Amino acid sequence: MSAPVVLRMDHVYKKFTKGERHDSLRDLIPALTKRAIKRLSSPPELRAEEFWALQDVSFEIHQGEAVGIIGHNGAGKSTMLKHLSGLLLPTRGRIDVIGRLSALIEVGAGFHPDLTGRENIFMNGSILGMSRSEVRRKFDDIVAFSELKDFIDTPVKRYSSGMFARLGFAVAVHMEPDILIIDEVLSVGDNAFQRKGVEKMRSILKGGATVIFVSHSLRSVADLCDRALLFAKGRLLEDGSVTNVIHTYMTRPTTSEAAADTQVMIESVAVYGTDGPRYDFTSGDKALVEIKVKALRDSPRVACVLMLQDEHHYDVFHTSSERLGHQSPDLRAGDTFVFRFELTLHLARGNFHVAVGLYRYDIAKTYEPIAHAGTLFINTDTDVGGIVNLEPRVMHADHAETPTASIEWAQRP
Amino acid sequence: MNNLQALWRHRELAYMFTWRDIRIRYKQSVMGVLWAIFMPALIVGSGALVRVVASKWSGKPLTVQDIGSVLVRAVIWSFFVSSIRFGTGSLTNNYNLVTKIAFPKELFPIAAVMSSFFDFAIAALVVAIALPLLGISFHLAALWSIPLLVVTVMLAVGVTLILSAANLFFRDVKYLVEIFLTYAIFFTPVFYPVSVAGQWRSLLYLNPISPLLESISDAVVQGSIPDPYWLVYSVVFALILLIPGYWLFKQLEANFAERI
Repeated sequence: MSAPVVLRMDHVYKKFTKGERHDSLRDLIPALTKRAIKRLSSPPELRAEEFWALQDVSFEIHQGEAVGIIGHNGAGKSTMLKHLSGLLLPTRGRIDVIGRLSALIEVGAGFHPDLTGRENIFMNGSILGMSRSEVRRKFDDIVAFSELKDFIDTPVKRYSSGMFARLGFAVAVHMEPDILIIDEVLSVGDNAFQRKGVEKMRSILKGGATVIFVSHSLRSVADLCDRALLFAKGRLLEDGSVTNVIHTYMTRPTTSEAAADTQVMIESVAVYGTDGPRYDFTSGDKALVEIKVKALRDSPRVACVLMLQDEHHYDVFHTSSERLGHQSPDLRAGDTFVFRFELTLHLARGNFHVAVGLYRYDIAKTYEPIAHAGTLFINTDTDVGGIVNLEPRVMHADHAETPTASIEWAQRP
Repeated sequence: MNNLQALWRHRELAYMFTWRDIRIRYKQSVMGVLWAIFMPALIVGSGALVRVVASKWSGKPLTVQDIGSVLVRAVIWSFFVSSIRFGTGSLTNNYNLVTKIAFPKELFPIAAVMSSFFDFAIAALVVAIALPLLGISFHLAALWSIPLLVVTVMLAVGVTLILSAANLFFRDVKYLVEIFLTYAIFFTPVFYPVSVAGQWRSLLYLNPISPLLESISDAVVQGSIPDPYWLVYSVVFALILLIPGYWLFKQLEANFAERI
């Protein structure tokens, strides 16, 4: 790649401390005394409440790239961004930033409730690094983008949370930085507003800016970025093309360590198409979901619950092996068992999360709570939206005169 | 040096924060700008009362100069106190900005001092009108008050930088500051000139704001050129607070987002 490097992380480590720190002198003084006494008696060691929030993270980002950051909650994404923006300093390692960097960690972070929308635009603009003349020049665009023209002289404490977020987002996307860091801020407002946000992001990218984009919406990451970084437990697991990284993210077995009282655990969840394991499907395809379970102790009547959720984790579909008439097996300690569900994916275009759990129906006992196990990417041949694909067809126009009830279904093409 | 460059680049933001602080203070308030005069007026009121009682007690008549002197000292003192009071909480009150967006965080204590200075400017204007009405004429020496005010501002910024960072790590600092400021007026020549202390005056002068109050008041009211001896002490004190204070602030700044 010929474009110059604008961001570099070189073996970055960050240590965090769990629990509460002493934040008053009143607490500190006894704590210090205690520590001093302890130090005399035993040598200092890595304290139990400390953990690595980032571990050995290294990567380079070149000018003009759009890089998505993916990972589960707590994977270290936001911590990493805070290091890039200079809010946090690494415990070890080196970070280089070349160019004007703007970070949108949170929309409207700089808003003051008592100031009006107009005043906050100027305030927030300056905070994000715009000069006053720059804000003045863009003011009309910002107001138009936020769709808040009538409320611009109202204090923002009277705004609804949607209005608040829209104004914050409008200010944020009108910056023209060299490097733009965006953390989940595209998820504000209604659908139409979100689309507008994505369009604006595209035009920022076309302008040659470098964009780093964190989102749980894999679709927006896939739409906007060519490259992605996958984080898990503070480590950079994979760095590569966005399709590859998303695939790894989706197919990676969720290695959940069994809790002490677990009777039966889910070993793996895999999704197959007609030609092997896959996660991207076309609406109407058949998919096979295979759930391998292992009993750690004797577990009678184990039923498998399968659920699909949309991007916002609303339930779209759920069923279970027992509800489908399958006899729930009695598992002995050490037994493994495989549940297979065949599904026909009459779904509209979008991402759907697969969640599975284990349950015993007769005494209403949860063996394993329902947990996320993967995501399906659905595409459609026809232009349909929403959640389900009802496979619509347009009827011939010459039937307009005929009463609907008498249309012969056989006449359909 | 890089720090100062970054600070200079963000000068507009300093202006914006100052403007915001002033704006918020006067929004939804009945008295509005009168607040700027209210605090010093209270101090002047109690100062005058103290002086009247003192003159009755000692038998020395109360002069116009005495009242003028209390006026001048009161506005400067209330600027200094409100800078510290407001500045100490300036980082913790902007929690959201400290943790979410990167820019030089010293802008908050600086803006706190600057917005207090705005109030001071209003109050000083009132004093400037009141003095001739009291019969105190303008002396050329009064111009000395300008560099002396600069030193006062430096002192305020230095104190505020340190206290705002301290309060970020330990929230009870602001209560200590409150208590300290309440009693500080007894150790500061606001109601009375330093000469009252007689042979103990050096002790009073150890308070770095004392030489400043004394010199400004003497320059404006009596037209006397300030005594450099204790002033040098104030300047050195201000520089010591400001330069290592700023350095310390920048050292600690890296931990702000994590420890707030």
